[in-house]
Amino acid sequence: MGIRILKGGMLTTVQDLGRTGYQSQGFGVSGVMDVRSFRIANLLIDNPENEAVLEFTLIGPTLEFTATSIIAITGGDFQPTINGEPAPMYTAIYMNKGDILKFGSARTGTRGYVAFSGYLGIPVVMGSRCTNLKSRLGGFKGRKLEAGDYINFRIKRPYLPFFLSRTLDLDEFDQEEATLRVVMGPQADRFSKQGIKTFLTGEYVVTSDFDRMGCRLDGPFIAPKDASDIISDGIAFGSVQVPSHGKPIILLADRQTTGGYAKIATVASVDIPKLVQRKTDHKIRFQAVSVEEAQKLYLEEIKELDQMRKKIHQPCREVLECRLAAKRLTRLFTE
Amino acid sequence: MQNIKIVAAGDSSLLIEFGNEINEEINRRITTIVQLMRDQHIEGVVDMIPAFCSLLINYDPRIISFNRLQKRMEALVKMDLKGGAERRRIFEIPVCYGGEYGPDMETICSHAGLSEKEVIDLHSSRDYLIYMLGFLPGFCYLGGLDERIHTPRLANPRVKIPAGSVGIGGSQTGIYPLDSPGGWQLMGMTPVKTYDPDREKPILLEAGDYIRFIPVQEAEYLRIKESVERDEYQCTVREGGV
Repeated sequence: MGIRILKGGMLTTVQDLGRTGYQSQGFGVSGVMDVRSFRIANLLIDNPENEAVLEFTLIGPTLEFTATSIIAITGGDFQPTINGEPAPMYTAIYMNKGDILKFGSARTGTRGYVAFSGYLGIPVVMGSRCTNLKSRLGGFKGRKLEAGDYINFRIKRPYLPFFLSRTLDLDEFDQEEATLRVVMGPQADRFSKQGIKTFLTGEYVVTSDFDRMGCRLDGPFIAPKDASDIISDGIAFGSVQVPSHGKPIILLADRQTTGGYAKIATVASVDIPKLVQRKTDHKIRFQAVSVEEAQKLYLEEIKELDQMRKKIHQPCREVLECRLAAKRLTRLFTE
Repeated sequence: MQNIKIVAAGDSSLLIEFGNEINEEINRRITTIVQLMRDQHIEGVVDMIPAFCSLLINYDPRIISFNRLQKRMEALVKMDLKGGAERRRIFEIPVCYGGEYGPDMETICSHAGLSEKEVIDLHSSRDYLIYMLGFLPGFCYLGGLDERIHTPRLANPRVKIPAGSVGIGGSQTGIYPLDSPGGWQLMGMTPVKTYDPDREKPILLEAGDYIRFIPVQEAEYLRIKESVERDEYQCTVREGGV
């Protein structure tokens, strides 16, 4: 018992934090694009940190539940409905057998996430359930979901404690511009002083050349010192490479393991979600921070997520007030 | 090894640059360090990407900070690493050259001005170091192709090249691990699966290993192919000194 895909949407895949440990053999990591939204979806329903979810892009899927489950929806606003009624986001939702969960097109943001308390019945391939589209590996048969596909749940978990407390403030994705903090390098020395200045002061726009592999930006020309080609080396999530055409390409979840263009900077982990949720023509600026600063931001975000976890594990006020009233009444009757 | 640089690649990766050239000595050093790191298991390190002359390390900043990992790596690369990779593994890869197995053999021969036999001899008479894997799962970047058979890539890449194809692209030679589009000139095919997702170890070869192509006739090719399909074939692996 699980979910039947009635409509696949534009690009709906099973993802987790990615398939690490095999990059030396040429396997890309893949995994979710927006790690923050992914983590919040899982924590809202007490899933393990790395439990697989569905990630959808621009147009979401339609799902039919063939078993009860608790779910959480995060990321961009895909105007979700359950049996035609608007469904809340950033909230644990109880789904009945037969319920239809429908996502529309992205009103804000570009990527949405839905996590399931029953855990998606997807086999672990090389340590991960994520879909690697290029290698046709992992996830649901190594491909995006289509109408007619069926995914079982691995367990029954129709109950969670503090159910009414399980709601968090929404992350907003309606901004049309973002400033991405970057750690300069590893090959910033391949660019002229002017080139680096251009990169850090210029305004860039997101082009339509934007998929799970990477995002091409358009904007002022970043001048290399001589040639911007290097001997191929490893690529990190958020690497900003600048080929000889002088426009940055930011490499994302489905990046190849190695590449031969100089990388002027790397986007701070906490700011990658800001980029992957932007649409075509949105504006991007870059701001340099030290590696220590970027790591501090990362640890602060982890702390923030821990706070969220604590918050949803307390009885909510409505429940507390009832308890108080009950206590007083009990006293009246026993006196 | 004076010019080793250890730099940040964002907040969760660190890059060690061992110089800026493709040579066997530098590459062997990287292989040794990767081996050492696997043995030592540094807490927080989640993945490594060894390349021609650099090593990218992905780590979890919750467990180890950049500064601490940088210090550990500084100490590690300074160590006298002799005695690490003194032996090398040479995988013998049978190849059926030419004919329908190598549709571009004629192009390669006419570009080199050599006979088919001469081209096959040049291609199969040396051990190629696997500098790195990348591009596709199990795709090996090999060094040391004889200059006389360097051949430009196809002007119009093929939409689908079957897994096992052996080809030449410019100054490089290699094996396609899975069906893939590509622009290399195809000279033959190997029945050996360098990538098999159903195998316990999906990837046959590692950076630091060597490959020797062994010419085989069609009958032998088909015999090995059958044995590979039955999961019975074992590549011959020779050990040699560095």
